[in-house]
Amino acid sequence: MAGYIPSTSDERQLMLEELGMKDYKDLYVDVPASVLLDELPGVAKGISEMEAETAMRAMAEMNVLYPTVLRGAGIYDHYIPSIVDTVAGKEEFVTAYTPYQAEISQGVLQSIFEYQTMICELTGMDASNASVYDGASAAAEGSMMCLKRNRNVVYVADNANPETIETIKTYAYGRDVKVEMLSSKKGVIDVNVLEDALCDEAACLFVQQPNFYGLIEDIEAIADKVHNKGAKLIVGCYPTALGMLESPGALGADIATGDGQPLGIPMGYGGPTVGFMATKKAMVRQLPGRIVGQTTDSRGGRAFVLTLQAREQHIRREKASSNICSNQALCALRAGVYMAVMGKKGLSEAAELSYDKAHYLAKRLCEIPGIKMVYDGPYFNEFMTTLPVDAAQIEKALHKVGILSGLPVDGGMLWCVTEKATKEALDLTVQTVRGAVSK
Amino acid sequence: MKLIFERSTPGHCSDYLPKSDVEKAPRPEKFLRKAKWMLPEVAEVEAARHYKELADQTFGVVSGFYPLGSCTMKYNPRLNERVASFPGFTNIHPLQPKDTVKGCQAVIDLADEMLCAVTGMDKITIQPAAGAHGEFLGLLLMKAYFDHHGQTQRTKMLVPDAAHGTNPASAVMVGFDVVNIPSNANGCVDVEALKNALGDDTAGLMLTNPNTLGLFDPQILEITSLVHEAGGLCYYDGANLNAIMGQVRPGDMGFDVIHLNLHKTFSTPHGGGGPGSGAVGCKDILKPYLPSSFLGKDERPEHSVGQVRSFYGNFGVVVRALTYMLTLGAEGMREASQTAVLNANYLMHLLKDVFPVAYDHICMHEFVLTLADIKKETGISALDVAKGLLDFGMHPPTMYFPLIVPEALMLEPTETESRQSLIDAAEKYKLVKEKIYSAPDELRNAPLTTYIGRPDEVKAARNPILRYEE
Repeated sequence: MAGYIPSTSDERQLMLEELGMKDYKDLYVDVPASVLLDELPGVAKGISEMEAETAMRAMAEMNVLYPTVLRGAGIYDHYIPSIVDTVAGKEEFVTAYTPYQAEISQGVLQSIFEYQTMICELTGMDASNASVYDGASAAAEGSMMCLKRNRNVVYVADNANPETIETIKTYAYGRDVKVEMLSSKKGVIDVNVLEDALCDEAACLFVQQPNFYGLIEDIEAIADKVHNKGAKLIVGCYPTALGMLESPGALGADIATGDGQPLGIPMGYGGPTVGFMATKKAMVRQLPGRIVGQTTDSRGGRAFVLTLQAREQHIRREKASSNICSNQALCALRAGVYMAVMGKKGLSEAAELSYDKAHYLAKRLCEIPGIKMVYDGPYFNEFMTTLPVDAAQIEKALHKVGILSGLPVDGGMLWCVTEKATKEALDLTVQTVRGAVSK
Repeated sequence: MKLIFERSTPGHCSDYLPKSDVEKAPRPEKFLRKAKWMLPEVAEVEAARHYKELADQTFGVVSGFYPLGSCTMKYNPRLNERVASFPGFTNIHPLQPKDTVKGCQAVIDLADEMLCAVTGMDKITIQPAAGAHGEFLGLLLMKAYFDHHGQTQRTKMLVPDAAHGTNPASAVMVGFDVVNIPSNANGCVDVEALKNALGDDTAGLMLTNPNTLGLFDPQILEITSLVHEAGGLCYYDGANLNAIMGQVRPGDMGFDVIHLNLHKTFSTPHGGGGPGSGAVGCKDILKPYLPSSFLGKDERPEHSVGQVRSFYGNFGVVVRALTYMLTLGAEGMREASQTAVLNANYLMHLLKDVFPVAYDHICMHEFVLTLADIKKETGISALDVAKGLLDFGMHPPTMYFPLIVPEALMLEPTETESRQSLIDAAEKYKLVKEKIYSAPDELRNAPLTTYIGRPDEVKAARNPILRYEE
């Protein structure tokens, strides 16, 4: 037996004979002989499971694991309760396909329905889809949802994560849609000039909460101005922050998007994570992707199904609202389990710990000569400081003590603190930075 | 069963986080959460039992035969899961300094090398998160290529009528006009229709070969050269690569760009709908347009289209796919595809006399049955048969696809089924067939043994309930 095939070569030979064939070549008679291979060049011989594990482990061990991570910028090192791994490791969830056959997929369907509900509660929205790829593609899909014939300009706040901005631009390039950047002032959106900054063809504005620099935006005021111009407001949110900050839905946003990675998904070198998308009732039928709905079955009981499929590619083909088919279901399941077991209490704790620890670190770092806050507005758990020395120097010094520094950015360093950083680690950070600066 | 919200009791919770060890900072009062909201309040044991019950109501590859056509539901090796959970892969921040992520880079480089060898492409990017995402990126590369070469008049994307629904949907997202190309009587591309459609405005052709009928198009070399002669590019939809992995390379067939579904051909699990990975491969001519991560500071190709998501892609899925490729090696990959094709032909042979085959010809990894005549005769539809199969503990085939076959059932057994399991499955199909005549009402009411009966989908769409409300 080779690979994962549950039959011997003798058995397979028998099957060929039963089909009236001599060998495998008879199966490939339609492939032009000039391109049919006798062997596959450029790929090594197969190895045993044990050897493969060793080879992969060797690669994993070439990476550096940091006990303390003070870097965010889109991926966050939050604590993951062990039950999240247990549930997401259940073989039925792991190996199932998209739940097309509702009668034998109630488990997956119900878990998505619960996820949708929790995302709605978290964001203050009416409806959520079953997930998209990540926060950046969710922002891009959200922007495309707002396009109309006479409203075809997408505005993006320039203080959003550059990865998100780039992704929106790329999606817009595909559809030949114009993207305009909205300039921020002192790190945040200047509400006073917002209305004048949007043109009459504005379809939407995308803002990030908290923004790339960790600063809290005044979503309520922004929503007012955007709506005055007849455009939609999309808020890309950091879900942990919503354990503390008012939801975008309650503040008037039309669409909430974000990356669910902080909700129980490991950093994983950036993926897989999960993109969430939620909106108000009025725009439900513009949502891309799978949506699970509740109905009844032939026996009169409650049942869950994929619904509103008339939006989707397998029905509508070129008229679909998006091409999305596979999503990130297992990661959405992780986010659902995380929110269920943490509850409001746990999520608020994660938010408040992150907030307090970030403010502690900021305060202590700013005691060091030459380090000060770049912006003075309220922030959540990310903040940008100036540096009196080269960022690489700080990065290297912290690396030596097992700490991944903030992200070097133009004008300083973007720090991030979660509940996982202990006071001890933060004090060590300050001490190490102080040492590196005074050298 | 109860929803997690219906298991909620005020005050039930677990303590996952420690008390704060730093001083409380002043709060930004104006921005704090004040509107009412709710999440479940459950103790961990209540959650554990809840999700156990949900898992019990979920059918996975480990639960039984899963011949869902076009989805390649092969066994997902457990080793891949173990490897993907190594802390050296899971606990790595994507923006760590480059010299601290050499292992991640090694995974990506080796996957690139091996996938290029399998596909005959020159470069792979793992950024797209799923097959459709890969299509989107692949077509963006084509658009950027034509823009850069001053051929913006090339706006037509040719798509066969047998194509996956994602193909035309992706083409529209890239601003192309979709031109449908009909199939000929053999289920392959109608070459005359293709010739008529080709011209100065052709951007390219999207093709999956073998196609969604499970047929390998023998005219493939003629097709790709016709498109090239017209100045277009050829896109290979790799959803069906499992049939030809290691046997013939899309690059040799004349394709310029391709997406792979690592969650199909390369055995990574489907997770109830994802995450997958839609790695895109291209020939040298399209390399200047590949995406990169802006913050990741990867070298950005000169005319890059930008990026289609954050960072580098579904890295954890690539780890699994690479583990699989290392385990199988060249011979194992060939053996996998040969066996997938053998199993499909064997099952088709067993079922031929039970239900009519839409195109009676040697198939590749899948084949399509048509129940059109049976429906006309008895009123029993493909849906009824599929639901009847549920009562035999099997996952039904893909239903009503491809669209060009009426009352279609599409079966893809994959290589990870034994001869005996195919024989057993065929026996159950026969029993369902008999019921069409002996107990048609039983089929109309099927399934009878599952957790729920047939759901009312019309009601779900007409009166959408998309979330729980207290």
